[in-house]
Amino acid sequence: MTTAQEAQREASRHPLDDLLRTERIPHIWCPGCGIGTAFSSCLMGMKESGIDLDNTVMVSGIGCSGRGAGYVKLDSYHTTHGRAIPFATGMKLANTDLNVVVFSGDGDLFAIGGNHFIHAARRNVDLTVVCVNNFNYGMTGGQVAATTPHLAKTTTTPLGNPDSPFNLPLLAYACGASYVARWTTLHARDLTSAIIEALANPGFSFVEVLAPCPINYGRRNKEKPLDTLRLFQEKSIIKNDAHPTELDVDWERGVVLGTFVNNPRPCSTDMYDKVCRLEEKPAKKSAA
Amino acid sequence: MRPAVLTGEHYMTGDVACAEGALAAGCLFFGGYPITPATEVAERMSHRLPEIGGTYIQMEDEIAAMASIVGASCAGAKSMTSTSGPGFSLMMENLGLAVITETPCVVVNVQRAGPSTGLPTQGAQGDMMQARWGSHGDYEIIAMAPASAQEIFYQTIDAFNLAEKYRTPVLIMTDEVIGHMSERVVIPDAREIKTIERVKAKGRKDRYRPYAAGDLGVPPMANAGDGYKVHVTGLTHDEMGYPAMTVEAQAAMMERLMGKIQNNRDDIIRYEEFMIEDADYIIVTYGVSARTGRAAVEEARAQGIKVGMLRLITVWPFAEEKIRDLASKAKGMVTVEINLGQVHLEVERCVAGRVPVKLVGHPGGTLISPDTVIHTIKQEFGV
Ligand code: SF4
Repeated sequence: MTTAQEAQREASRHPLDDLLRTERIPHIWCPGCGIGTAFSSCLMGMKESGIDLDNTVMVSGIGCSGRGAGYVKLDSYHTTHGRAIPFATGMKLANTDLNVVVFSGDGDLFAIGGNHFIHAARRNVDLTVVCVNNFNYGMTGGQVAATTPHLAKTTTTPLGNPDSPFNLPLLAYACGASYVARWTTLHARDLTSAIIEALANPGFSFVEVLAPCPINYGRRNKEKPLDTLRLFQEKSIIKNDAHPTELDVDWERGVVLGTFVNNPRPCSTDMYDKVCRLEEKPAKKSAA
Repeated sequence: MRPAVLTGEHYMTGDVACAEGALAAGCLFFGGYPITPATEVAERMSHRLPEIGGTYIQMEDEIAAMASIVGASCAGAKSMTSTSGPGFSLMMENLGLAVITETPCVVVNVQRAGPSTGLPTQGAQGDMMQARWGSHGDYEIIAMAPASAQEIFYQTIDAFNLAEKYRTPVLIMTDEVIGHMSERVVIPDAREIKTIERVKAKGRKDRYRPYAAGDLGVPPMANAGDGYKVHVTGLTHDEMGYPAMTVEAQAAMMERLMGKIQNNRDDIIRYEEFMIEDADYIIVTYGVSARTGRAAVEEARAQGIKVGMLRLITVWPFAEEKIRDLASKAKGMVTVEINLGQVHLEVERCVAGRVPVKLVGHPGGTLISPDTVIHTIKQEFGV
């Protein structure tokens, strides 16, 4: 290779190349999709945090965001719809040396997977859960999700969503998550910092990333790709330590971003060790 | 710390013996959800696992329990869950994940009468076809059926060994009667228990192909944290483990997945023959119903009727060569099982009309009496 070629190759290298399965690129995400930004902030955070990447795994469920695990050059597990968290829980409990990051979407984590989320948060399982929230089921063509705003249009709510969406940080807080933050894909640096903090928290960490899905959500709600980003820019209010009850996604009023909970408490394995792994108890007569 | 292998003579229930077998096999992770009549397996694990350095977790439902054991196995631990019919149904999705990702694990189904909530405290063998086909798509599975508390101890060890050897989920299809009855169980010295560990990935990390067939068609496995940076997916994948959405990739993957079980049937299939050499009539049965079968054989012989029994120890894959062989020698066969004819369909298929095959079935809630079996033989075959 000539020096010029080498220089060119060097210049075309992305700083995250060593964390990517470059042979799997191009990815499947649509132009203008926010998942790529959320994904690269997540990888940047992993890299900058200094955690041992040989012992770091990414677990995803199903959906557009769930494809994240397929592009990261880590031990990576693309599991069943909604079940990334219980799969990750088994991994973490079976090998506590692993850093386990769950990267998945709002449909996966909060509709079909809602039960698993609340229990993992309650137990404070040492996981970092990154939820890309684009307010709909992107991969199956834009159906209503547990996060779709009231009255928003989706393929299964053609007249508008009759239901109310989850306030995800409030849910995470109420269930006992020890770290909770929310950013948008426009706030890539803050998001990276949040991931670093989340990885450092020795318990259940939840980072919500508001992200545009121009193809399926935007199109039906009269939001051109740039409109969503403009909304993120103009309507977001950064307010660390805001009370989780103030965190409804309401673009009229403004959407609050920041770190809302950062209260480390003993994680599930610490509690298990303390409560269940007692030193030798006096043996009862015979076993069985 | 108490030992993982409780060497000695015990009086314990089938459920407890199952848990002890798992520990003796090296199980270090149990993700469970309580359900009658399998709860005692989980309860036993909850106090035994932390004693030996393992982990028990009661998950929020059976879906989570199954997902957790697949995750735990990917992280390197031998893992298990236990359940009964309704919970078994919930586990089917992630059972399929374990099949396609080739993740060893053991699922114990202490069967009760169904459908739905059915008779929670009474036994049946009604989930045998669910065991075979409950998850979606084509696949092969290994399912065993113990007939006593002592046997469930050994079969659980065997189940873990087969799971590790073939990188597959293995099912133990027991039932309420075996699960709840107390019997003498002898647990040998730890050194006498043979355990098999999965073949681990070796060699250069950049050359490893996570789903390239190794010996027996089974790929060597890299656990999370081994440094191989594997990608594991429930999507159809190529030898690298990468999604490959083509007809060819599906065919290649399925051929190996099915083949690793089908081509090793002789190593996997276990059965027991009882007074079969000179038998005119053959009882084909498994699990708790084999106790009925044995009593029926003895009683029939006392009455001068030459009856023998083939007891399926591995129900899936099915001992079809053996059944075909028996069908060529016998005058008639009966399938005895506590359902309305599930394994019976397989027996009929293998016998293929060579001799008449009758079902002695029951919808569940009680055992089948040996008299009923003898009566059927006399009546149906005109003995
Ligand atoms: S459908 Fe939406 S979420 Fe999915 S890749 Fe396209 S833009 Fe992104």
